Amino acid sequence: MLKNRIIPILLWNGYTLVKGQNFNNNRRAGSPITTIKIYNSRDVDEIVLFDISKKNLKIIDTDFIQSVTDCVDVPITIGGGITNISQMDDLFLSGADKICLNSVNFENANLINDAAKKFGSQAITVSIDVKNINNEYICYYKNGTISSHKKVVHWVKECVEKGAGEIIINSIDHDGLMNGYDNNLIKTVSSNVKVPIIAAGGAGSYKHFYEAFLNGANAFAAASLYHFTNSTPAEAKKYLLKKNVSIRKNFNINN
Amino acid sequence: MITKKIKVGIINYGIGNIRSLSNTITKIGVIPDIITNPEHLNLYDKVILPGVGAFNEAMRLINKMNWRNAIIEYALERRKPILGICLGMQILANYGFEHNKCEGLNLIPGEVKSLKELGCKLSTPHIGWNEVKITQNNFLFERIGENSSFYFVNTFAFDVNDKIYQVAVTEHDIEFTSVVVKNNIYGTQFHPEKSSKAGTQLLKNFINA
Repeated sequence: MLKNRIIPILLWNGYTLVKGQNFNNNRRAGSPITTIKIYNSRDVDEIVLFDISKKNLKIIDTDFIQSVTDCVDVPITIGGGITNISQMDDLFLSGADKICLNSVNFENANLINDAAKKFGSQAITVSIDVKNINNEYICYYKNGTISSHKKVVHWVKECVEKGAGEIIINSIDHDGLMNGYDNNLIKTVSSNVKVPIIAAGGAGSYKHFYEAFLNGANAFAAASLYHFTNSTPAEAKKYLLKKNVSIRKNFNINN
Repeated sequence: MITKKIKVGIINYGIGNIRSLSNTITKIGVIPDIITNPEHLNLYDKVILPGVGAFNEAMRLINKMNWRNAIIEYALERRKPILGICLGMQILANYGFEHNKCEGLNLIPGEVKSLKELGCKLSTPHIGWNEVKITQNNFLFERIGENSSFYFVNTFAFDVNDKIYQVAVTEHDIEFTSVVVKNNIYGTQFHPEKSSKAGTQLLKNFINA
């Protein structure tokens, strides 16, 4: 049986790692390489890195990506600002295991399809940023600044039909507040598609991971929780194992 | 700690990203060479055969670039250790059935079939961390605890002709073979280079043995 996953999300602004609230007011959160080395040594299941530098660069900084991927021996997903296949080629060649698409999907309806055909759905993650507007879940893009006016249920189905292998579902309303995920949003998404769901936005304790699990998430992403508190992925795993959630146990050398 | 210099090579036949594999082996303390010329294969004490993608595409490249005879000589005549990873493990089989029937390297008796054909009703590809249940003791698992998890990405699986070649299995609705061994020939369906400490330990076991 496939394990549920503990995933730290890292936001890179071009200079340092950052983390804010509701996609705003970013605080510095340390050096990417040091942080990733620590996560890797602590046996996280995967790492997600988003470049939010807004530089809108057409060219991937392959040196930076390689210096990141060289530090990890777990799968790593890289996203942020990807708009074409050639950037994906560069990312995979630089050691990314999956790439994550978000804003571009609202501007180029075929890219998920083309990417999935070329690299396989298993390598294509789609991230969806959602705000609750008058009790409707509406998808936003460009770092949460533009409304697509699309409802999340329609959008997530469309993305999966086109070939998204998994979905990161992120609540802008809950982001960085550490009061828990938007569990209703997770349930809405997980009950409408069959691909794995990564819950994001709002985790502030291990209990929140368990709530997301109960609502159909297969993976639990967090940023502030690890950046700003004493919580660790290893402790999160212990907690979930006690709750009988299927989680990869941390490796112990067995003499 | 490695005392004598072991020469480890990674076969590069033009498929798959070997960067992370090379990084992980380097961490173990051996800097592997990327072998692009089949004639150089016999210079190495141990080689790794990686691969991602489709069975017939991998075999097309293996045949086209004259790797087939070199690999067979290395593994069968010289009896040197070779480890296939993911698709590199699958092409050790007699045949693959991805797209259409395609002959493999015939190094371990078996056929590669889709998980669906093998009876799996869950969604495929099978991606993520899953437990590896050891069915026969092997030095590859030394210091790795029973039911440790490894990272998989596979739609197809190695259906061994004889259980004697199966040393570990993994469950995804059905049980499929996750590690094969025949004499000096080894294969893992999962990616040890993406499997954190357990995977590093397995590569270490292969290289240090």
